[in-house]
Amino acid sequence: MMERMPDALEKILSIRDLWICQGEHVVLESINLELFSGDFLGIIGPNGGGKSTLLKAMLGLIKPDRGEISVFGLPPARARSRIGYVPQKTVFDRSFPVKVRDVVLMGRYSRIGLWHRYGPEDRNCALLALKAVGMADRAEREIGALSGGEQQRVFVARSLVSDPDLLLLDEPTAGIDSAQQTEFYELLSHLNRDLGKAIVLVSHDLTAVSTYVSKIACLNQRLYYHSSRELSNEDIEKAYGCPVEMIAHGTPHRVLREHD
Amino acid sequence: MIELNFLSYEFMRNALLAGLAAAVLCGIIGIYVILNRIVFISDGIAHAAFGGIGLGYFLGYDPLAFGIGSAVLTAIGIGLTSSRARVSEDTAIGVFMATGMALGIMLLTLSRGYARDLYGYLFGNILAVTESDVLLILILTLVILVLVFLLYKELLLLSFDPIYGQAIGLPVSGLRLLLLSMVAFSVVVLIKVVGIIMVIALLTIPGAISRQHMKGLPSIMAGSVILGCVFVIIGLFISYDLDVPSGAAIILTAAVAFFLSTLLTR
Repeated sequence: MMERMPDALEKILSIRDLWICQGEHVVLESINLELFSGDFLGIIGPNGGGKSTLLKAMLGLIKPDRGEISVFGLPPARARSRIGYVPQKTVFDRSFPVKVRDVVLMGRYSRIGLWHRYGPEDRNCALLALKAVGMADRAEREIGALSGGEQQRVFVARSLVSDPDLLLLDEPTAGIDSAQQTEFYELLSHLNRDLGKAIVLVSHDLTAVSTYVSKIACLNQRLYYHSSRELSNEDIEKAYGCPVEMIAHGTPHRVLREHD
Repeated sequence: MIELNFLSYEFMRNALLAGLAAAVLCGIIGIYVILNRIVFISDGIAHAAFGGIGLGYFLGYDPLAFGIGSAVLTAIGIGLTSSRARVSEDTAIGVFMATGMALGIMLLTLSRGYARDLYGYLFGNILAVTESDVLLILILTLVILVLVFLLYKELLLLSFDPIYGQAIGLPVSGLRLLLLSMVAFSVVVLIKVVGIIMVIALLTIPGAISRQHMKGLPSIMAGSVILGCVFVIIGLFISYDLDVPSGAAIILTAAVAFFLSTLLTR
């Protein structure tokens, strides 16, 4: 085999024959997936199709029943400091007394660990992360005083503050109005293209996903994926269990670009 | 001078020391109770502690130490039951709470001279706090202060967003058990001061008022501690002056402050 060029693609994530069951129910069946530096992967699929479960497995929060996941060549739980995570709609008390800056600092935990206190470097990283998402001027505000879209940017900053190479986002635009959604996807594009973060975005928002991502996969217990942004009609029919016509033309299920 | 009078009795000095330590404790732990929405759990722990107190009496050992033991066991029991078994958390609390009370009442009844002490544990009798109680309370307060100081960022993350915390490697279930245990310690200290029935008021009112006026967790905690101390001092003074039960006097002081503060902030 040829030696790798220095600028060759680094393999970030590798999933081989992953099975996850909950009781008798098979949630994920024989999932295979590879991700390289610079990838921006969108995973779409119906509700209950196992999207969040797959993300949790990538984070090492759920143990596979069979198969293997490695992130940066490590078991996921040991790669946490290189993964940034934006969970599905963070539910918190809107009057929770915490400043934006301190919310972002929370993301440093994966680097500094238990007992240690935040230092000047951590605070500096928090400000840089807020700058990266355009929220630096909100640093001293209370988190509950921000709009939904702004809060979501702060949670992205929190995931960026540990300087991860891989970002995992679980339905990040749920509950955000469409203007802010567009801005949010622009931000993700910027993080991917200009800062070189590999991104895995899980969403049911098919239109948006197919516009911004570089690769797309469809998940409903099985993963339909061809390392590209194209999915065949057959894949989608299998995953959604309904004819492509409905998916391509029906508003809730649109995944393909409109016909030229 | 009336204040000097007030402090010239040893039992009054003990009462004041215990009350102030309790105020510091509930000022800080109470905030976590509010933010983590574990008010009902805390109340359950307080009631369950009564079982241990009864057992201590029955066996002739220090009731307070036994109370702490059963409170911590209950805290851990509730924490584990709700995360492992198919029993919802509030059901588990209801069961632990009633069992503890029943056990306490039965064991106290079987012991001699229960009536006065039963009253004291249910409604608080801070004037009966002994020097060894004060020592125990001060040690507990110190331990909890140190833990909260060392684990401040962890507890903040746990309270704000445990799901995210778990995802980035925070030992969420361990921390939650630790928090519940700290609540258990605080609750037993408070039982001495205001009694089982009113524990929850002193645990939540100072924090609730402080939250209405302060911003940022450290300021809210400081405000809550100061308010707790003020309520204890005023309540003790009223109790001494009017010869009414100290627990009720402290809680009523706190309640009046709460209603005034809520009216003023609206």
